[in-house]
Amino acid sequence: MIGQGISRTDGPIKVTGRAAYSAERQDAGPTLHGYILGAGIGRGRVARIDIAAAEAAPGVRLVWTHENAPEQGPAEGIEGDMMDRTRPELASDRINYYGMPIAFVVAESFEEARAAAGLIAVEYELEPGAFTLSGFGPDLNWRRPSQAGDIDQAMREGPVTLEETYSTPYHFSQPMELHACIADWRDGHLHLYLTAQMVNQLTTGLGKTLRLDPGAISIDSAYVGGGFGSKIVLHCEAVLASLATMALGQPVKLMLTRRQIFTLVGHRPASISRVRLAATPDGRLTALGHDALIQVRTDDAWDEGVSSVGKALYASPNRLTRQAHQALDVQPGEPVRGPGELPGLMVLESAMDELAEKLGMDPIELRLRNDTQIDPDKRLPLSGRRLADCLREGAEQFGWRDRPTRPASRRDGRWLVGYGVASSMRGHYQTSAEVLVRIEPDGFVIVRSDMTDIGTGTYTIVAQVVAEALGVPMSQIKVELAHTKHPKGNGAGGSWGAANTTVAADRAAAELRARIAVVAGTGYNDIFAEVRRHFPDGIEEIGKTLDNKDDPNYRTHAQYTYGASFAEVGVDIDTGEVRLRRMLGVFAAGRILNAKTARSQLIGGMIWGVSAALQEAGVLDPRHGHWVNGDFAEYLIPTHADIPAIDAIMLEDFDDKANHLGVKGIGELGAGGTGGSVANAVYNATGVRVRDFPITLAKLLPGLP
Amino acid sequence: MTATPRLPVTLSVNGETRTLTLDPRVTLLDALREHLLLTGTKKGCDQGQCGACTVLVNGRRINSCLSLAVMHEGDEISTIEGLGTPEALHPMQAAFIEHDGFQCGYCTPGQILSSLSVIEEIRAGVPSHVTGDLEAPIPLSDAEIRERMSGNLCRCAAYPNIMAAIRDYLGEGA
Ligand code: FES
Ligand code: FES
Repeated sequence: MIGQGISRTDGPIKVTGRAAYSAERQDAGPTLHGYILGAGIGRGRVARIDIAAAEAAPGVRLVWTHENAPEQGPAEGIEGDMMDRTRPELASDRINYYGMPIAFVVAESFEEARAAAGLIAVEYELEPGAFTLSGFGPDLNWRRPSQAGDIDQAMREGPVTLEETYSTPYHFSQPMELHACIADWRDGHLHLYLTAQMVNQLTTGLGKTLRLDPGAISIDSAYVGGGFGSKIVLHCEAVLASLATMALGQPVKLMLTRRQIFTLVGHRPASISRVRLAATPDGRLTALGHDALIQVRTDDAWDEGVSSVGKALYASPNRLTRQAHQALDVQPGEPVRGPGELPGLMVLESAMDELAEKLGMDPIELRLRNDTQIDPDKRLPLSGRRLADCLREGAEQFGWRDRPTRPASRRDGRWLVGYGVASSMRGHYQTSAEVLVRIEPDGFVIVRSDMTDIGTGTYTIVAQVVAEALGVPMSQIKVELAHTKHPKGNGAGGSWGAANTTVAADRAAAELRARIAVVAGTGYNDIFAEVRRHFPDGIEEIGKTLDNKDDPNYRTHAQYTYGASFAEVGVDIDTGEVRLRRMLGVFAAGRILNAKTARSQLIGGMIWGVSAALQEAGVLDPRHGHWVNGDFAEYLIPTHADIPAIDAIMLEDFDDKANHLGVKGIGELGAGGTGGSVANAVYNATGVRVRDFPITLAKLLPGLP
Repeated sequence: MTATPRLPVTLSVNGETRTLTLDPRVTLLDALREHLLLTGTKKGCDQGQCGACTVLVNGRRINSCLSLAVMHEGDEISTIEGLGTPEALHPMQAAFIEHDGFQCGYCTPGQILSSLSVIEEIRAGVPSHVTGDLEAPIPLSDAEIRERMSGNLCRCAAYPNIMAAIRDYLGEGA
């Protein structure tokens, strides 16, 4: 049962349009509708705001600005857990970033609310803002350093060295389901139908903001139309819809517009990296350095770990990875799929490709030569370190030996053809989680967890694991997820959701089997018959996982997942247009729970890597700080026409240091170094190395052969 | 405060006659989602850039967010709810499940309706950007299908699996 490629159990309701996502829920009955007016400047204050016309407009029930919005818990400092912070809205006249809410309208219909928002007259007091990531300055305050030996000396000694600067742009998660909330204040209890990746985590910050006991807040996110990190922290739609329903006593629906999501939900910060590598002539690294400058806000420190990937990917006696910050006046950064490693690996794996060329070495050979079984940073054995297996297996399956060894040496009609490879790696984390499994005498098993299914297949894999553990068919298992009333886990994020939830569920099932065995032995045929006989009211247990820091397994080993990606691209000889021709990923990520859904998630991640290499970039206007390309017409993401057949192979794997099921996570891993493999393929095709991502035609054209 | 003026409109939705009295600014998408509670048609951008809101109007696919409901007097609207049910899936819906042509499922109703339209458009000889010979019958090639499906974005990036589902459906001799 575990591992089988079983079709998603929520498939039938999703393909028929019956699954109700947040804004589609009918539980609260008809709703009022909210609309946010965002600031039209990047930094300054609201000097005057006139809402009289909006208040008098048809259907309008409420218009709030900083002058009349309800009092909320004050904004909190950046210390402490980002999940627990308050998020007061319309709290002052200050404008910290373009699009920040300056007014909120609630009306009987969406059309009325939107039209009324357009009647609000605003005068701004503009202040100069900082909107450009300028590069490494003289006064850098280095953070998160990880160091060994003396990298400066190793760089001096060489003999083969590489020192290059790379930049990665702003990225946005932009899941297809718009950020949305229906809030319903009823009998002193706040019910939210919210699109969220974690639910119980949100009640602390929301409770403090609303000045409400977290126990008086319920959040239900039964179906979530994608997250990719953007539905982890608390956002304004939950706060404003909640305040409005509490003020009006009627349910309120607030859906952000696609353009608003580019300003009101965080982005992946832009970065500039300086990579230093040195090696012996036979390809042993003697220096590995990665300095990264990361965009932040002064009052927020989402620190995209771009340099962190260099800590444990390859062995080198001299090593230094570290980050510095530059604060700009844009919205707070947030997790975006593959935080740290997506940009970081794209950069570092480009640099490794450059070094391989300097050495005259096969880039796979260079990576194999610097493989390690000891985490160079934590100095612990790496569990399940199978990077070499991924590289070798992929090389074989992809036909790496047929690659053009010299750049710009292969033509296919009007296309220059190139191959590229890159490694992937992603930390594995376990967090504390509880899952309840209950056997009902009527022949059903119920599993309850506040874990979400954001397209990750949670409903399916949890049922598979419990079915196997209890020896019952999947059709007799009901999985109930994503509600604050269920036992608390840590939601979907950081690639930990599947392992946390299934391990805890399996432990609960094991407890149930043990209790049944005490009274019925182990030789029974029908578990439900034994439950009926010995536990007429049903029987339930809660299984748990511990946070890594409390789990002894995690003290003896460092845990990651691994992969290698292989790309073949064509570059148009005249226009510089890049087309992905084929791609393969090979992954070692512990035991796979469902071969079908896991493959899909890995392929999806790989396409994110392709997108990062070739397409995605949020463009911030350097004068006014607004997102110039903040919609799907101009923030380019892959379409059907961009993506050929892609395959992902999962190596037979089991990491007993992770947990007793041998399971790790795959949500970020596919994205991993995939961008690097595409970038390296483009170089191999053209001989042009673009270090400023994404690789667009304008950057390729001047250098084309 | 004056009341918002409203206009009556009669639509045929999945074969059923529905009469609504609507603010003329209501899009066809919001008429379906907010007024008829047919939420299978998704709002992914509300500005014609994602295809999540794809429905058929008199047999042709359109982005329902770009069209006002009151413009559709007498039109026949087909949505995902009219295609198949969880108990009796349309073969294309079954193929999407079999090939895992979705992850979160939010773009999926639009992808499914588009995929069926794409096949019809190719068979009817409607050319696309990638069509070579405009005189010859258009092949049901991967390139033709991908090109015509490109108005339906999938951020989960289920594209290879969606193509596999469409191929499988075509293989069934539909
Ligand atoms: S919602 Fe209509 S195209 Fe996106
Ligand atoms: S399945 Fe999630 S957007 Fe397509």
